[in-house]
Amino acid sequence: MSADVAPLPAAHVPAADARAAETRALHRRKVWGKVGRYALLTVLAIIVLFPIYITIVNSLLKPVDITSRPPKLFPTDPQFGSYQDAWNAGHMGTYLKNSFIVTFLITVGQVLTAILAGYAFAFLQFPFKRVLFVVFLATLMVPFEVTIVTNVSTISDLGLYNSYAGLAVPFLATGFGAFLMRQAFLTLPHELRDAAALDGYGHWRFLWRVAVPLARPAVAALTVFAFLAAWNQYLWPLLITKDDELRTVQIGLKQLQQTSIDQINITFAGAIIAVVPLVILLLFFQKQLVRGLTAGAVKG
Amino acid sequence: MGRVALDQVSKRFHDVVAVDALTLDVADEEFLVLLGPSGCGKSTALRMIAGLEDPTSGTITIGDRVVNDVEAKDRDIAMVFQSYALYPHMTVRKNIEFPLRSRKVPSAERATLVQEAAESLDLGEFLDRKPAQLSGGQRQRAALARAIVRRPQAFLMDEPLSNLDAKLRVQTRAELVELQRRLAATVIYVTHDQVEAMTMGHRIAVLDHGVLQQVGPPQAVYAKPANLFVARFIGSPPMNTVTGHIDRVDGELVAHVPGGGLPVPVELAKAIEAAAADEVVIGVRPEALRFTDSNGGGNVGIPATVSVVESLGHERHVVCRLTDHQLVIVRQDAHDAAPAEGSTTLLQADVEGLHVFDAESGARIGD
Amino acid sequence: MAASGVALTPARKRLRRRERGLGYLLLIPSLLVFGVFVFWPLVHNAYLGFYRNPPFPGLPSTYVGFDQYKDVLTSQTFVDSVKTTFLFAVLTVPVGIAAGLALAILAHQQLKGIGIYRTFFSSTVATSVAVAAVIFGTLMNPSVGLLPWLGLTTNPTVLQNPDWALIAVAVVTVWQTLGLTFILMASGLQGVPDELYEAARVDGAGPWSRFWHVTLPMMSPTIFFAVVIGTIFAFQSFGQIDILTQGGPLKKTNVLTYFIYDTLQRQSDPGKAAVLAVALFLLTLILALAQIWLLERRVSYER
Repeated sequence: MSADVAPLPAAHVPAADARAAETRALHRRKVWGKVGRYALLTVLAIIVLFPIYITIVNSLLKPVDITSRPPKLFPTDPQFGSYQDAWNAGHMGTYLKNSFIVTFLITVGQVLTAILAGYAFAFLQFPFKRVLFVVFLATLMVPFEVTIVTNVSTISDLGLYNSYAGLAVPFLATGFGAFLMRQAFLTLPHELRDAAALDGYGHWRFLWRVAVPLARPAVAALTVFAFLAAWNQYLWPLLITKDDELRTVQIGLKQLQQTSIDQINITFAGAIIAVVPLVILLLFFQKQLVRGLTAGAVKG
Repeated sequence: MGRVALDQVSKRFHDVVAVDALTLDVADEEFLVLLGPSGCGKSTALRMIAGLEDPTSGTITIGDRVVNDVEAKDRDIAMVFQSYALYPHMTVRKNIEFPLRSRKVPSAERATLVQEAAESLDLGEFLDRKPAQLSGGQRQRAALARAIVRRPQAFLMDEPLSNLDAKLRVQTRAELVELQRRLAATVIYVTHDQVEAMTMGHRIAVLDHGVLQQVGPPQAVYAKPANLFVARFIGSPPMNTVTGHIDRVDGELVAHVPGGGLPVPVELAKAIEAAAADEVVIGVRPEALRFTDSNGGGNVGIPATVSVVESLGHERHVVCRLTDHQLVIVRQDAHDAAPAEGSTTLLQADVEGLHVFDAESGARIGD
Repeated sequence: MAASGVALTPARKRLRRRERGLGYLLLIPSLLVFGVFVFWPLVHNAYLGFYRNPPFPGLPSTYVGFDQYKDVLTSQTFVDSVKTTFLFAVLTVPVGIAAGLALAILAHQQLKGIGIYRTFFSSTVATSVAVAAVIFGTLMNPSVGLLPWLGLTTNPTVLQNPDWALIAVAVVTVWQTLGLTFILMASGLQGVPDELYEAARVDGAGPWSRFWHVTLPMMSPTIFFAVVIGTIFAFQSFGQIDILTQGGPLKKTNVLTYFIYDTLQRQSDPGKAAVLAVALFLLTLILALAQIWLLERRVSYER
């Protein structure tokens, strides 16, 4: 057995009899078991990562190298020009900017309206509160496709066709966000509100000075979630933008693929550009994403 | 048969030593309690015996074989967890049956064994309920039934009573002891509650920071604690410990504490001389102290002021302050005369109730 | 609600009224958006279905009542589209959940450096539907793609092969959602108490038995959530179809969402599109309710 496998666990009490040999055999089996596990994990990781890896590699190769067979699996002479081309001639820079603007608008809108609504449901009393909450939840059941026909004409009538506003306005509120914030506010102790009232805090000040700071994890989770959803939107931007100037990154990428049909490296560079902002977002906010995802799962 | 032996067993997690060279021999049919504060390594030791953790070094023997490399399921032990760990989606019957199914016991036999186990723990009518529908005490019994159904060589219990309310705990304590005697089983029981240890165990093994402090029958550990840690841990209210020094007065050894002194019995005196400790800690249990009048008893006694009198109905705890404000607790029977709060008095100790420990090492001086 | 026995002074009444007003005020922004962009379209959409659009633009549309609903919903294209949508859901949801769960279990082991693998397995969460479709579309391209070279190809090529196109799109979808599914399953797995696994080990249960008797039952709420939400998402898949197959070949990937889009944009037939959208809504709703009704009883919620 080679000596460069994972180190054996610390030696057990050595006994100079047959039991020692059996022990050593068992350790050997344990070590191989560990090696096997790492091997399986690595193989699966390679399968999952392979498409992204190939995309990165191909984005750095010359088009002629991409089609060479056997395929090159590592860019020995990386060509970063494809990224420049994708950004400028391919308009990925513009698309990225548009996505950021629209996503920002939607995220801010959703978080704000969710905070307001969540607070109302959690701390205020008014008639038909329960009915209204059901109404909020009902919006989750209405699939997007049912609304597109009418929304397209509504947005056009408002003169917002082919504009940032048109891209963002229908999504400025979300039932899921209101649900999330209501849950978060409900977990705050009641006495906090009473104490604040005694101190002379009205609802508005209490909301922004006490409730929101304390519910920061939920706000963060909602922000990440809203950002992700807005960034990945496809059908609506497809329907509501005509000019290339206004395309978001998702539609822009489709466009790029069609215009760079022979230059796969540029298409792939565009794909990587589309992915990088999310990678950065998730590197920092992975925990919040999980919280947003599981908010529904745990309660069922 | 049901003997469990640990030989120099250690467990290290990175640079933390959870269990340090523990050597312990549990006899067949013995009820051994592993006692200590949280973090002392008792649970880790139990899990190593169970096979849920691998020791860093040392050998563990169950019955007549070394089990270091034997998997948990093949060690012929059963474990009762603090949270009971009942499978929530299975009925009580299926829970109890589970260990038998893994061993491919035929179904007719399984049914009989499950019935027996359930009945011996009064669970007959709950067999078709799910754990969520049982009370805490019933769940605990279900966990026990699951453990006994296999008739293992040894039972390992990890603080099984800590999730029960106080009254139920007292009742279940007795039931557990009864069960152990009935099954004639070896039980290794982990707890931080010294009352449980004292009332249930044949022997108590006290651990602190992974190191075995003392092992012995409850009375022995109580009467002759091996060091300061054991002395302070066992007994409620805890032993009074005061730093002092030993002097010769008129040819006799006297233990000097702030304000006064206590006579030292002859045997102890010899040991103290032999030990030649610089500073000592004097320990006297609350029940070994009594009040005297300031006049009687001569000048050997310890002046104290009565601070608080706590009446518990059948006994009384009197909290006093010595001349240097150290607290000392005296235990009285209810029919003894209660001193008045704020009064000054003299404390005397039973001659046999004196414990002396080396101030530096904490070790007991004397036999 | 008035505290019993406490008379409402005028001041208190004013306070109560103000609080009520504030409550409604805070909800108005959301309700406005919902009203205009969710509920009104829902109603309007049903109404639109009653109007058949003329073959030439510019002519008025005619009111036909439920006739259009009847015609569209009984048409072969619609029935095929529904079948395709269901097939797509069947191809993506169980596979996706099983894959996510398997990876989550593997990544739950106490190995050194397991965190890196967890990051790898969740990486596709950074990909969008468009990104995944563009990547795989290129990989499957018969002339320049890598996969044909690896032998993973059919004749005609996968995306133009009526028998394989939907499967290919399903594979892309499963890959793209793998990260999200993995994260969901992994956090569900963390909620399974270790002591249950230990009890099972002591009781003699091997790895498969532990999976079946501990992992699955304890994960059932999470899996249930994943199935319901996953089906809803599968029914709303659009981007990958638009980029990879555009509903073809031979309409074999014409899921309902694409059918609606195609009817709206290419055929400029909002009436028909509205009918299809209503069908999609009802289908999704009924399916979700059916799943909840059928499956929730088998979910064991720990109380």
